[in-house]
Amino acid sequence: MKQLFTALLLWLPLSVHAALNVFACEPEWGALASELGGDAVKVYTATTAMQDPHRIEARPSLIAQARRANLVVCTGAELEVGWLPLLLRESGNAGVQPGRPGYFEASRYVTMLEKPVRIDRSQGDVHAAGNPHIQTDPRNIARVGAALAQRLAEIDPAHAAVYQARWKDFSARWEAAIARWQQQAAPLKRMPVAVQHKSFSYLINWLSLREVATLEPKPGVEPSLGHLAEVAARLKTTPAQAVLRATYQNPRASEWLAARANIPAVALPFTVGGAAGADDLFGVFDVTLAELLKVPR
Amino acid sequence: MLRPTLLAVALAAAFPAFADTDLDVLRAELQEMKTSYEARIQALEARLQAAESQSAAASETASAAAQPSEAGSAGNRFNPDISLILQGRYANLDDIEHRHITGFMPAGHDHGTPRGFPLDHTELVIAASIDPYFDGYFNLALVDEEVEIEEAWFRTTALGKGFTLKGGRFLSGLGYQNEKHPHAWDFADNNLMYRALFGEAYGNDGVQLKWVAPTDLFMEFGAEVGRGANFPGTDRNKNGAGSTVLFGHLGDDVGVSHSWRAGLSYLQTRASDRDADIDDLNDVEAETLFSGSSKVWIADFVWKWAPNGNASERNFKFAAEYFRRTEDGDLLCVDNTADGGACTDVTGLYKTTQSGFYAQGVYQFMPRWRTGYRYDRLDSGSIDFGANNAFLPIADYAPTRHSLMLDFSPSEFSRFRLQYSKDESMENVSENQWFVQYIHSLGSHGAHSF
Repeated sequence: MKQLFTALLLWLPLSVHAALNVFACEPEWGALASELGGDAVKVYTATTAMQDPHRIEARPSLIAQARRANLVVCTGAELEVGWLPLLLRESGNAGVQPGRPGYFEASRYVTMLEKPVRIDRSQGDVHAAGNPHIQTDPRNIARVGAALAQRLAEIDPAHAAVYQARWKDFSARWEAAIARWQQQAAPLKRMPVAVQHKSFSYLINWLSLREVATLEPKPGVEPSLGHLAEVAARLKTTPAQAVLRATYQNPRASEWLAARANIPAVALPFTVGGAAGADDLFGVFDVTLAELLKVPR
Repeated sequence: MLRPTLLAVALAAAFPAFADTDLDVLRAELQEMKTSYEARIQALEARLQAAESQSAAASETASAAAQPSEAGSAGNRFNPDISLILQGRYANLDDIEHRHITGFMPAGHDHGTPRGFPLDHTELVIAASIDPYFDGYFNLALVDEEVEIEEAWFRTTALGKGFTLKGGRFLSGLGYQNEKHPHAWDFADNNLMYRALFGEAYGNDGVQLKWVAPTDLFMEFGAEVGRGANFPGTDRNKNGAGSTVLFGHLGDDVGVSHSWRAGLSYLQTRASDRDADIDDLNDVEAETLFSGSSKVWIADFVWKWAPNGNASERNFKFAAEYFRRTEDGDLLCVDNTADGGACTDVTGLYKTTQSGFYAQGVYQFMPRWRTGYRYDRLDSGSIDFGANNAFLPIADYAPTRHSLMLDFSPSEFSRFRLQYSKDESMENVSENQWFVQYIHSLGSHGAHSF
């Protein structure tokens, strides 16, 4: 008991001088915080690319991490409404409560797509603020990055210069990459695609693809066989060239439809760690474009 | 005009190298004016764009809106989260007059279950942030001719350092299931352990202080003091604390697919003339009044599994809790000789040590479908009625129950459940119970805990 107490005492002041603890709700924001913070931050990522960010349990381990966080970086727009508010309240960490500098919502810094006109549960799992899957457009990553660099400097002024320098460096590399990706993606323009969930609206908007069908009858509602048959029939008149899904989603529905319509089912990384090669933010878009360009046209 | 000048002066003070002459001050002032006007023009442009996009989007789903900073959520400080939970059931049960658990004093807040088609409690929940320092929660349970404030509390959000203080009426943080309202239970009825201990759950009017340790391993410690008016205690018209609760929880992940939480809790309270009707040795109902102390230990353990931590497809949850309760004091058995009873208004000592547990597993085998099994077992333990041993039966029985359930959730806001139970909680009664239950939630309902 006494040993434990001394260990705690010795350990407590240590944590004060350690790197800034960043709690990232999704892998993309964890990766972005690492790009901007380098050694000045210690990033904990709450979810993986294999998990559905809508449906995460407020696990004890997550509460423990939220308790230690100096900055919480999440998508917002109600994506994490099922678990994040609970984590923050249970953590007893005043600095990361909504409205405090330690609480950062990425969706506040980008232009949201698909804001619903009608908000009613009969429409499925709709988000009042718009489609929350903003990270599939690299230009949004840049917008969030600028705001995040500023926020990091605000809560950790001692390293403000580090964050600014790293942001400048990242931003330059990122803009160059965007230019490269856009050039690569030129042949994808107007390509018609079907999507399993509205996961890729921002990607589709960025690359000017055409979304001709959604497999889920309503957002967040599993497609039934009857609905899939309907979608397959619709694809006969307005054909798609691929069915897109995120890696964490069950492949059954999109593979069934792909076989029916004789088009490839494509699993896109969706976020960092979502596919081999998607180990960082650059990798995510490299792999995404490579997968899309593989689709025969 | 004053402000830019002041700013310019401030700038000049901050960067003396640039402030050699008045000319530089003027330059700075001009620059400041220019940037401020530019910002205003930009803001106006943004507003114009917003107005344009709004009118364009009015016809169909808005594809874009130009004011990202106003991305709000349905619940905000002017707009509390309000939800209503509709619950009802069909229950196929034997006709049993005095339902009880053999060997256990009936706990106060137990509504029992009517047969046929009863409507369960309808719960009204209102929750919101109060200001930057507190949030509040209110839960009202409604059933015919009965309105009960289940919870009404405020909680600090700005204490920091892992501390949270809660005050008002709340469900105690002891054990695992205690803080969960019936709509969040995994089975259609309460487990025998909580029914024997508290009727439904242990609620209290008082304060709770909780602390989460700044460690990778989840460690949470809490203490509560309160009125202690609920079973196993009674309202005793006194100053100071009528009950004390201490609890601690540990938890962590094992790999990416497993997580667990374990806890130990202690409740201490006192009762004064706690009323309970039990059958005496002549099989006549006798009123007993207990005064003394009641102490409960609870150990709880929860383990959850989901492949890759993705619970939306398949997941499994195991939960088990064990309790040990000791009661020590006096028991008066009110004279019922007029009805042919055995009791003669004798006050004797009363000393019991009782225990029990439940263990349950719930498996979601495909999206929206779950099945579960629960085993309940109590031990009436040692009971000493002192001088009343001559009038009251001393049970030596282990009440048990097996329950099997299947539920279907069309969405996360609706659920239908079928349950079968083999209930042997009363000695010499073996009952087959069937339940069909629905739980629907309207409005913005907060997240459920682990």
